[in-house]
Amino acid sequence: MKHRTLYGVAGLTAVALTLTACGGDDGGGDSTSDGPADLRMTVWTADEAQLALFQEIADAYVADHADTVSGISFETLPFEDYTTGITTQIAGGNPPDLAWIFESSAPEFVASGALLDLRPVLEETDGYDAGDLEPDALRLWENDGGLYAYPFSNSPFGVFVNTDQLTAAGQPLPADLIAAGDWTWDRAAEIAAATAQASGKAGLVVRDFDFALWENLGTIWSSFGAEPWSEDGSTCEFTSPAMIDALTWIHDQIFTTGALPGPGTTADFFAGDAALTVTQISRASALDDSFGWDLVPLPDGPEGHVNVIGQAGIGVFADGPNADVAADFLAYFTNPENAERLAAYFPPPRTSLLTAETLQGANAKLTTEQLQAVVIDGIPGAVTKPAHANFAQLQAAIRAELDALWTADADVSAVAESVCAAAEPLLAG
Amino acid sequence: MTTATIGTPRRQRRLSRREDVLTGYAFVLPQLVGSLLFVIGPLVAVVWYSLHDWNVLANSFTYAGTDNYERLATDPGFHDAMRASGIFSAGLVVLNVGLALALAVMLNQRLPGTATFRAFFFSPVVVSLVAWTIVWGFLLQADGGINGFLSQLGIDGPNWLREGPTAMLSVIVVQVFKNVGLNMVLFLAALQGVPREVREAATMDGASPWRSFWSVTVPLISGTILLVSILTVVGSLQVFAQIAVLTQGGPGTSTTVIVYYLYQQAFQFQEFGYASAVSVVLFVIVAILTFVQWQTRRRWVFHEV
Repeated sequence: MKHRTLYGVAGLTAVALTLTACGGDDGGGDSTSDGPADLRMTVWTADEAQLALFQEIADAYVADHADTVSGISFETLPFEDYTTGITTQIAGGNPPDLAWIFESSAPEFVASGALLDLRPVLEETDGYDAGDLEPDALRLWENDGGLYAYPFSNSPFGVFVNTDQLTAAGQPLPADLIAAGDWTWDRAAEIAAATAQASGKAGLVVRDFDFALWENLGTIWSSFGAEPWSEDGSTCEFTSPAMIDALTWIHDQIFTTGALPGPGTTADFFAGDAALTVTQISRASALDDSFGWDLVPLPDGPEGHVNVIGQAGIGVFADGPNADVAADFLAYFTNPENAERLAAYFPPPRTSLLTAETLQGANAKLTTEQLQAVVIDGIPGAVTKPAHANFAQLQAAIRAELDALWTADADVSAVAESVCAAAEPLLAG
Repeated sequence: MTTATIGTPRRQRRLSRREDVLTGYAFVLPQLVGSLLFVIGPLVAVVWYSLHDWNVLANSFTYAGTDNYERLATDPGFHDAMRASGIFSAGLVVLNVGLALALAVMLNQRLPGTATFRAFFFSPVVVSLVAWTIVWGFLLQADGGINGFLSQLGIDGPNWLREGPTAMLSVIVVQVFKNVGLNMVLFLAALQGVPREVREAATMDGASPWRSFWSVTVPLISGTILLVSILTVVGSLQVFAQIAVLTQGGPGTSTTVIVYYLYQQAFQFQEFGYASAVSVVLFVIVAILTFVQWQTRRRWVFHEV
């Protein structure tokens, strides 16, 4: 009898374990849920001040909507594996309700049908003023008239300058070159190379470019009139004369003039290891008073001045159990009042908020002149960093082929040909 | 009556034995259930996924039959990954087993300080793999510690992680230094199990130390060499973190080994079905290699009966 009891308990345990393991969410989400929803949003930022602001806005929403929402949490995923983290959660049957999505993944997320069309809820929410949203900023997130994410952050690229290093090297400051109408990539490379020579540190660092995330080089090649693929995403453009010129220029600055640090060299501008860096204004928070610095717009290229922005959107997963509630929260999270508060860290797509005064409130380190020149003037008409519905595969395939370019004796045209040979099948698919 | 007298104890013994067996099974049942859920279940699931096209974002899961396996056969990326894994495994097995055996022989001497050296060589085994790899990443930079040291000697070092041959060599060496201590300890244990009188007999018969090592010691530790070889081969085919941290599969695809390729397909490209097919093939390769190594033990493991 004792044994029978033992077998019975063991058997029931086994059955219970099996049912527990197999009885989980099917991954497709439930279209309805009982009671107030507990919303979850994935973000990449781990900045405590930013997360505190998110939570403050979310708590205010929960207080007003206790009947529909019981709580809202923000889950930080590592930047490097951010998109991978989201898709892994989806594959595991545990998708977030809302997610921050990078511009590079936008076409894939928008085209897949994974995201909810937000346009109806944004346009119907009282006081939302959807007409205030900058049309250029929305373009990447639209499909067949629908808007599949709110372009939450529109961060233009600019150039941070270590004025101490440039002065010590006897080089002109970019602000003076801008005033003289002589702020070009050639001049930037010239002073970067001379300063690197004098300081023994790096010259110009492009967005922490480590010779893997080649898309950051778009900040340079855009003003050469180059783009990695055609606007409809179907044709490789690495072999275009403009791109060959741009890649040749970049190669020369690495291996001939030494203006750009070579592969395998680590140089953190914000630690004082470089003279100039191309990056976004959010990095200003990493600056202290250890050296004099300035922030200026991107230099002009052969095709004139081209602004480049990085974008991030917030989308709601259509198959999530709380999609409608999540969309309503997103409308609250990004309404004019909250958008103004969030502008402290994330330049919004609202034209009414794109003023130096609004952004100055939260970017005390930057002057109104810097904000006007780099952010306010940098968003309208800007080129967005490369994005494609097949971006992940393109990123990896092009990275592998471009590796051949990062040697001193590389044949730029031959590398460009091999890049297109690898990219064309992925662009066609 | 007689039958009953004889049969009752037998039946009781049979019942008792049956109850013992069932009790034993009851005790292993939780582990068995765990294995079914977390080992066998996922294995079966991966095979099932490999027969499907699974688009996570579009929430589609369609039966594809053997399409993923047919694609594998013609996928140059997979072939590159197989080649990279082969080079990595060959390099790792030769260097790791050879160095571990050499260290074990040296540290098997009764000399002052050998315990310290044993601890020194074993210590990387207990260090976090990612932390170890990140540190090596800094050392192997173009302007990193290794080239800094070489420049002191007047040598212009290569850009270790950015040039094809040195990138693979770097990854292998980093892995060798990480795990050589574990194999060294296994060899040390085996060496200490070699009867001293056998070696003394060889010496008295006029065998040189080298001859004694190859003809006496190696055969007596051949069982451990087999074990270490199997573990190293299996481990080498599963390498991932070192590649992800040090080279991300580059330059080109020279260090894109099978598991890194699998990771790219599944978690970067959202090709979960195809990645599952890759993992099934990897499982089969590991199983075959282990089986072959095990089956050939009779040829070269000395004391195997």
